[in-house]
Amino acid sequence: MENEGGIKKFMYVNRKAPYGTIYALESLEVVLIGAAFDQDVSLAFLDDGVYQLAKGQDTKGIGMKNFSPIYKVLGDYDINKLYVEKESLEARGLTLDDLQEIMYEDEDDDWEEKPSIRVVSAAELRDLMDEQDIVLSF
Amino acid sequence: MAIEVNGKTYETDEEGYLANLNDWEPEVATAMAKEDGTELSESHWEVINFLREYYEEYQIAPAVRVLTKAIGKKLGKDKGNSKYLYELFPYGPAKQACKYAGLPKPTGCV
Amino acid sequence: MAMLHTVNKSPFENRSLDSCLGRIKDGAAVLLFEDAVYGAMKGTAVAGKVQSAMEKSKVYVLGPDLRARGMSEDQVLDGINVVDYGGFVDLVTEHDSVQAWL
Repeated sequence: MENEGGIKKFMYVNRKAPYGTIYALESLEVVLIGAAFDQDVSLAFLDDGVYQLAKGQDTKGIGMKNFSPIYKVLGDYDINKLYVEKESLEARGLTLDDLQEIMYEDEDDDWEEKPSIRVVSAAELRDLMDEQDIVLSF
Repeated sequence: MAIEVNGKTYETDEEGYLANLNDWEPEVATAMAKEDGTELSESHWEVINFLREYYEEYQIAPAVRVLTKAIGKKLGKDKGNSKYLYELFPYGPAKQACKYAGLPKPTGCV
Repeated sequence: MAMLHTVNKSPFENRSLDSCLGRIKDGAAVLLFEDAVYGAMKGTAVAGKVQSAMEKSKVYVLGPDLRARGMSEDQVLDGINVVDYGGFVDLVTEHDSVQAWL
């Protein structure tokens, strides 16, 4: 596998809805811990995983921590490739507008703010997964 | 574990981080700092208050490089660097300042 | 007598909602909570199934679980009642028995 100066391509694949199970939060914690190692990291959201990025989450009524704001700081951890599968959104009646806005500052483009979320087709996601050195599933 | 401040007991984890963010009061930070042999100055409070606001908004205690960058943006470049922050918080700006601010230990502190 | 059925799993990754809807008697009530609240939303791949179940039974969804997941009440299928925890308790007491489709 191609490998530039020890940097590997890591993809975290998220397939579960938040709150009903612990997977979404666990994934996010592993992502943040892994961010210390300066690897090429991307996150994929498919199946019920797309619900993790839904905007307007308010957990006061269920007494659990609302961890959705954390996705907004991923850019500060140099994680700015959040792939969301189009087919999964469609099956759930969702569009990009139903997801929260997540931005990062592009250091190669005068720190311009750019969106981190990229909606991709299942076929594109399949190719992206195939390019990875390491895929971690949650 | 717990710490006692002005006759009130605050529950902490085994590393001395406050168990409940909402228990926090400025006196807790002062007492924690005193235990480390530090007296909190305006500059310390600036960082502590920044961290509390940051947590309120993003629900996360930032890693040190993220904190440094964010401080630089909010309070200016002369403060957004590790030298300045390590002078204020010699045990590590993220770890020590987060503790005084009543936040959990930053995720990603390995 | 009327039974209350509860479902708490996402209809997109588990067959509980399907199993439940295929086996309820006319006049029964179905409460969707936790990850099953996604089944109450408009425009999803399962909306048709839920709507046909509503012809013969009443469907409820738990509001706090909707809000936690960022699902807006305006996007809940017409005819589904949004209830809070108190409403959940009322449903349990109003029905003769409860079957939980885990």
